[in-house]
Amino acid sequence: MLRFILRRLLLTIPVLFGIVFVVFAVARLLPGDPCVAALQERATPQACAIFNVRYGLDQPIPNQFWIYLTDLARGDLGDSISQGRPVSEILVERLPLTLELTMVALTLATLFGILFGVISAARRNSAIDVATMVGANIGVSTPVFVLGLVLIWFFAVVLKDTPFVLPPGGRLTAGITVVPLADSWGLTEAQGLPRAIVDFFSNMYVFNSLITGQWEALGDAIRHLILPAVALATIPLSIIARMTRSSLLDVLGQDYIRTARAKGLGETLVVLRHGLRNAILPVVTVIGLSLGGLLAGAVLTESIFGLSGIGKMITEAVSSRDYAVVQGLTLVTALIYVTVNLVVDISYGFLDPRIRLQ
Amino acid sequence: MTSLPASANETVTARPANLWRDTLRNILRQRVAQVGLVLLGILVSMAVAAPLIATHDPTDTIGIDEGLLAPDAPPELKGPCIHLLGCSDERPQHFLGIDRNGRDVYSRVVYGSQVSLYIGFVTVGFAIVIGTLLGSVAGFAGGWPDNVIMRVMDVLLAFPALVLAIAIVTILDPGLLNAQLAIGIVAIPVYARVMRASVLSIKERDFIVASRALGESSGGILLRRILPNALTPLIVQGTLGVAGAILDVAALSFLGLGAQPPLAEWGSMIGLERNQLFSAPHLIIAPGVALSLTVLGFNLVGDGLRDALDPRLNR
Repeated sequence: MLRFILRRLLLTIPVLFGIVFVVFAVARLLPGDPCVAALQERATPQACAIFNVRYGLDQPIPNQFWIYLTDLARGDLGDSISQGRPVSEILVERLPLTLELTMVALTLATLFGILFGVISAARRNSAIDVATMVGANIGVSTPVFVLGLVLIWFFAVVLKDTPFVLPPGGRLTAGITVVPLADSWGLTEAQGLPRAIVDFFSNMYVFNSLITGQWEALGDAIRHLILPAVALATIPLSIIARMTRSSLLDVLGQDYIRTARAKGLGETLVVLRHGLRNAILPVVTVIGLSLGGLLAGAVLTESIFGLSGIGKMITEAVSSRDYAVVQGLTLVTALIYVTVNLVVDISYGFLDPRIRLQ
Repeated sequence: MTSLPASANETVTARPANLWRDTLRNILRQRVAQVGLVLLGILVSMAVAAPLIATHDPTDTIGIDEGLLAPDAPPELKGPCIHLLGCSDERPQHFLGIDRNGRDVYSRVVYGSQVSLYIGFVTVGFAIVIGTLLGSVAGFAGGWPDNVIMRVMDVLLAFPALVLAIAIVTILDPGLLNAQLAIGIVAIPVYARVMRASVLSIKERDFIVASRALGESSGGILLRRILPNALTPLIVQGTLGVAGAILDVAALSFLGLGAQPPLAEWGSMIGLERNQLFSAPHLIIAPGVALSLTVLGFNLVGDGLRDALDPRLNR
């Protein structure tokens, strides 16, 4: 098992290097002068000369790449040109929202996707099966931004005076705040990495308010998270449901399932323990792959629901030609994606012992 | 199978298998694919007949001339008005109302079908041509070219597609063609992988060796022997890819990075009017439904094609 994990880790290294290179190249190819974009009317030749030295933009490109690599190795993602502060600081602020959103969406998609898929396969060709598959086809074809806007319209406008009304955007209702973890734990003096970690988790509002027992804020944060999470979860949910169904149907057609039924096992036991367990591998693959779609969908979801996560940040940085931020955010998104798929690959080894030995 | 021949003298010969005829028959047998074909049929007829069924020029700000956007005009004048359904004859007829620039929304939705079809096929066509080329070279040459090409494809696949596309569009400047190029580039690895897999599975077969022995050039083998055999998976991927490309380019347009107004593109129509969600939801729902049904059509037909071309299901 250890050798299997090590081999997978080694195979990831060239891809990681490629990602870093592509990200660097993309940011350097951005048109327009970053100095002019950042300083605007104050961009005199003198100011720009100082600016370029400050951000290493006066160096030849290969040197810039080397500087970038060594900085990265120290966890330094450079400074945001438009905001004049480290990109890592912005990430600590913005990434938690996106992570919370994608994790909630992925959980919804996985739970309900597998649930619907199993019911569909177990009751093949029943009304439930047909309805689920029609729903899945429509779900996978509806753009995130269309679904998001329709959800807002339905829950914030149509249901306006009912108990089911949901907020059209934002993270919290005006007037409600979440106390930072650093305050509730008396860590306000902490600096550097420990403080960044505390702030990072503190900015996941649902997580923060849950563990510190701020119930009003928790309820409010959850109510704000429902619509974006549902909008974001619909496409992966549909894909997971379809994959679960077809994979489970394949397995349920095999001889050992007939044997299990013949020896008198209950249908639930047959489907869940004998069937699903062997059908889960392709489903896990799809779950890992759908994370890419989730991260991309987060860009649209955050834009629609006015959430300032990294998705919204990336579109803002692109218009202000903020090299370091575009680099940092693209890099982090790609790294999350690669890491999750690495975990998925490794989990095969646990789910199916045959794969370990190959 | 057909019933036994009436005359004993007749030999029982089935018609020779024909991939395309079998495929067509298999597709028409699936209800899901039938729905998809109907949707695509509607889409194509809408695109072809757009000048006939649209009531206005999609880019003409007709509402301004009709005084619907005048400061003192009541806002409900901008809403849908169909004379047959009881809308008063004095009001100018707009089936789905007008947008905030005074353009007829119904006509824009109709003309949007042309734009979507163009986006889908051109984008995927680009990705297929480049991907097929890279995939064949990788599969055929093997060795380091294979390694270099496929590792580059791995890196491209390691990015969430839309995020990379956003980055690419920023380099190229926003615009429909650049958005298509970005989505096309992001889609290349899929086709490269499919093609490489096909080439690898075919290139050691006897008929390829025979062609080589007969002196056919590598290019000729690739074009005349391997490509036709790799066509089926490419077509399935391509059909599903059209759905994805339409979706992704619409998303870029929604963010303002793709099609620019006044072009009647559904994604950019939604993006422009998103702030009217609370007062005039039809401005978003109409192009949204059109977009979803188009993507649904390509998805259903793509799934149907995959099932139809799967020899295991060919009974």
